[in-house]
Parts: sequence; C-alpha cells; structure tokens
Amino acid sequence: MSLVLENVNRSVDNTSHLKDINLSFEPGSFNVLLGRTLAGKTSLMRVIAGLDKVNSGRVLVDGQDVTSLSVQKRNISMVYQQFINYPNMNVYDNIASPLILAGTAKAEIKRRVQETAEMLRIEPFLKRYPLELSGGQQQRTAMARALVKDASILLFDEPLVNLDYKLREELRQELRELFKLRNSIAIYATTEPNEALALGGTTTLLHQGHVLQTGPAIEQYRYPINLDAADLYSEPPINILPGTISEQEVTFDEYASFPVAGHFKDVPVGAYRFGIRPSHMSLVPKNDDDIELSVQVEVAEISASETFLHVANKHFQLVLQLSGVHDYRTNTPVKIYLPPEKLFLFNSEGGIVKAPYPERKKGAQQHG
Amino acid sequence: MSRRKNVGIWAYSVFVLLPVYWLINMSFKSNEEILGTFSMWPQQFTWANYQVIFTDPSWYNGYFNSIYYVVLNSIITLLVALPAAYAFSRYKFVGDKHLFFWLLTNRMAPPAVFLLPFFQLYSSVGLFDTHIAVALAHCLFSVPLAVWILEGFMSSVPREIDETAFIDGYSFPRFFIRIFLPLISSGIGVTVFFSFMFSWVELLLARTLTSVEAKPIAAIMTRTIGASGVDWGVLAAAGVLTIIPGILVIYFVRNHVAKGFALGRV
Repeated sequence: MSLVLENVNRSVDNTSHLKDINLSFEPGSFNVLLGRTLAGKTSLMRVIAGLDKVNSGRVLVDGQDVTSLSVQKRNISMVYQQFINYPNMNVYDNIASPLILAGTAKAEIKRRVQETAEMLRIEPFLKRYPLELSGGQQQRTAMARALVKDASILLFDEPLVNLDYKLREELRQELRELFKLRNSIAIYATTEPNEALALGGTTTLLHQGHVLQTGPAIEQYRYPINLDAADLYSEPPINILPGTISEQEVTFDEYASFPVAGHFKDVPVGAYRFGIRPSHMSLVPKNDDDIELSVQVEVAEISASETFLHVANKHFQLVLQLSGVHDYRTNTPVKIYLPPEKLFLFNSEGGIVKAPYPERKKGAQQHG
Repeated sequence: MSRRKNVGIWAYSVFVLLPVYWLINMSFKSNEEILGTFSMWPQQFTWANYQVIFTDPSWYNGYFNSIYYVVLNSIITLLVALPAAYAFSRYKFVGDKHLFFWLLTNRMAPPAVFLLPFFQLYSSVGLFDTHIAVALAHCLFSVPLAVWILEGFMSSVPREIDETAFIDGYSFPRFFIRIFLPLISSGIGVTVFFSFMFSWVELLLARTLTSVEAKPIAAIMTRTIGASGVDWGVLAAAGVLTIIPGILVIYFVRNHVAKGFALGRV
C-alpha cells in the first residue's frame, strides 16, 4: 500500500488549512507529522481519512484516485486526541465492531480481539464499559479498535496528549513496537519535537498549512531548511541574534565579535540572523573560542531536572536550557558562553544559509 | 431540624394532592352524596361511575381516540425531529441558525390562531374527524420543541464518535440506530414525554377538528352536562382515568426529565 498526496489544497471560509501538499508515504513506513497547533496536522489526516473534502488536488492509494471515495470505503483507522469509544458498548464490542462490520467469522473475531487486547494490556477490562475505565485504558481501547482491523493506513492524531507524563512515555514506546510489526502506513501527529525524535521514522514538518521539510527527524534537527523548521525542533524556541559577517569578523551589533572561522569561512559578507539552540549555550566555557556575553537573569524556570534560564541585556534576550536545577534571582548578572561552531546561519528571509554540522547526509528530501 | 423540614414537605404535598384526592373521592360517590353531604371519604362506596365509562362505547372510545392520536403524534414527531435535529447539530448550511430559531417562533402563537386554517383545510381535503388530523395539527407544536430538545442532546455527543463509526465501516443508518440512538436515549425519552403531554392535555384543536369518529376524551367529558344537570360522579371517574396515562409517562421518564428541561445542555 502506498499513499500519495498531490497538490492538496483545503480551505474553510477563505482560511487556508492546507496549501499545496505534496507527500508520498512508503508502504509499511512509520511517519510523523510534526507541527504546532493549527499547523494543519489534523486537517491533513482528515483529508487522508476522507472525513474532509479537498478543494483541489488528489489523494492516491496504490496509484488509485480515492479523493472522492467515502470514509467507509477507505481502509483506514484513526485514533483521536480525545478518548473516543462507543459508550453504549463494552470494551470487547468496541474492539470487535470493525470486524463485525467487515463480516469476519465469530471465532476469528474472538481470537483477534483477545490478541489485540493482550497486546495493549486491556484484556482484564473486556467486559467493562469505556466510561468505567481510566483515561489511559480508554485510549488503549481506542487504539485496539484501530489496530484490530488490517487497515492499510493508521492515523494517530496526537493520541497521547491527554495522558499523564509517565503513561505517555510508556505508551509511546509500545506504539513504536506495535507499528514495527505491521505492514501498513502509520502516520502519527505530534506537536512535540522530543516525540518526533524518540519515535523515529520519516518526519514531515508542517507549518501554517504547508510542508516545510520531509526526512528523518535527526536530519531535520541538524539541517533545518529555515528558521520555522529550526524553531519546531527547539523547545524552548531557538534564539535569534542579528549580526553581520565581514571579511575577517563576525559581529553581533557591535557588542560581540569573533574572527571568521569554521563553517562561516566561505559565507559571503553581509547581514545575517544567527540561531542558537537553548541547549547549546552554557554558563561555563567549553572551548577557548566560546563567545562570552554579559547578561542579567530575567527569570529561571525550573522544569523537572532542567532549568530554562531567561537572560537579557540591552541588545537581546536569550533562553538557555541547562541541565540540573539552577536557582537564580532576577537581575543577577551572569556570564554566558556561546559556542560559535553551534551557530545556525539564516538570511533575512529566514532561509538557512549554513548549518553548524559539517557534512550533509545524502537522500534527505526538501520542500520549498 | 428534620422535623421542621418534614412539616414543609407534608404541607406542600397536601396542597398539591388535595384536588387529586378530591377527584378520586368524588369518583367513588354517587351524585346524591356529592351534592348532598360533605364527607372526606365515600360513605356509600360505589364503582358505578367507572362502570358507566367502561361499558358505554361513547365513553371508552374517547380514551382510545385520545391515545391513538397522541401516540401517532409522538411517533410522527420523533420521525421528523430526529433527522432534523441531527442536521442542525452536525451540519452547517445557509440560514441554519435562523431556521433553528424560527422553529421556536411557531410555539409563540397560541394554538387558537391555527384553529381556523386547520379546520378549513382539513374539511376541504377530507381529513376532518380523523386521528391523523389531530396528530398532524399537534405536530406543529411538538416538532419544534422536539428538535430543540434533541439537538441539545445530540450536540453533547462528540462528532468524533460519528466519524469513528464511519471509519470502522458503519453505514449511516446502521450507525444512527446502533450507536447514536442509544447515546441520546434519555433525550428521546424526554422528547416523547413532552410531545405526549402536550398532545394529551391539548383540548382546543382536538375538539374542533373532530366530531364523532376521533372525538377525544376531554371533549366527551363536556358531554356530561345534560338535561338532568351535571353527572358529577362519572365526570370525576373520567378525570381520574385521564390522569393515569400522564402518571405512567412521568414514571417512565422521571430520571430524564430534569436533563430534558436543560435541553441536554448539562
């Protein structure tokens, strides 16, 4: 089974939800859609499922145009962010319902429901009703219903968002294992870069209804196509410093400068925007050529075992992601160190000029 | 404290139930006793009044006629309102909000307004004095309310359930009957209650649009005022029997009525 989207456009009330989407999904592949809220992840899935109509463009499954095919006739499964089950049926009937509708034999239904329930560890609850279960169990039921039939396309629309942290980690791991065993196209939407990196597979970056970039998540993390793509992989957002490159020097608005070296060598002179990921800066110098900046602490946000340190001086504002818990008071003067070899270089439109990694791997696709 | 609370409840119950008790009391008395003496309970207990009703076809047919058109009205109301409410709850179309509000404006006019057009129309198309005539006339009032109630219940069911069902392979009718209707069953109960009750107590249209064949019980009750005066006992017995269907319906939907008044938006 292969899935191809050709020039798909969709807009509602003159608001464009999807713009010129061209994507193809390999049979048996695991795909992640990464994008912020309202980036078009759900819209895209709904178009693939046939729940929403396209304004123009085509959806092809195995080379056949299914654009106008009804939902029932497409062989897909979908799991929503909300826990959606049939409240009037018990868990067994919930899971069995796609099989019953497909006219599967009784014994076969029983075997497959048992098997799927065991896989998702909900077989003790088969006699219960969905609303008597915890959130995690309800979502497992929904997943079991999606997995029990041999759908050629599995759509998971942020299925783990409404679950607590521990359960999310656990289920994500299991899901990855489950997908490996299947030969169907799995598409998983998420807003979290960590999830995309943890799940692996082919990642498609969506931003304001269009595709930014397609490829392995780790590639995109290293070689973002533009500022938006780089930003999608940074949590907190990537820091941007305006600056210029001259023959000898790189200057940040005259408050800091360093000699042109490393990956800046063959860049034409001019004004640029420099991006640095919050995790790449530190409070202690790691190399001799690290740029030292004097700043004041605005706020220290402690999140689990990490600290997001918001700092500023009169030229700029930056966020540092530090491991460990650091307690800084507001207005404490600190020195931060910025490794020039980790700087992304963007032009004034936000397009990438230079990524701080030496060799770009072959085979990564790009979209304008 | 609890004693004081009880006093209030008892006082209220007496206040509410006294007329009902008096009706029952009267139905077991003879006319002479009703008019002659004051007594808290029947001195000469008699079933005679009920006997009149159960043996005289012109009496008991009144009940059959009423129940016939009331049930007919409830069924038509449900058949019309369920798809309409689903459309209002799930689809967007031009003027949907205006249409939805306009439905309720039908209820703003008293039934008497529609008396003349119904009478004239039904007479000319030969519907006069049939059960379906009364049922259809009552639908004018019960359908809008039913759509409003059902729309509220349907909108509280997430749209994703519909979609999941279609993805699982349910056809629309099968989904609607197997999955959707059970989810809004209490809404259906409340809808039936409201349309049943409206139709059961409505007298003006029912009396005007019928003469013999479909004459409702409430109209027949006015017949007891004859040359010999009012037949109080029989009238009271008829009243008691008229209350019973209402009590039965309330009993069956008692758990859902409160939700129904919130139109499902709870």
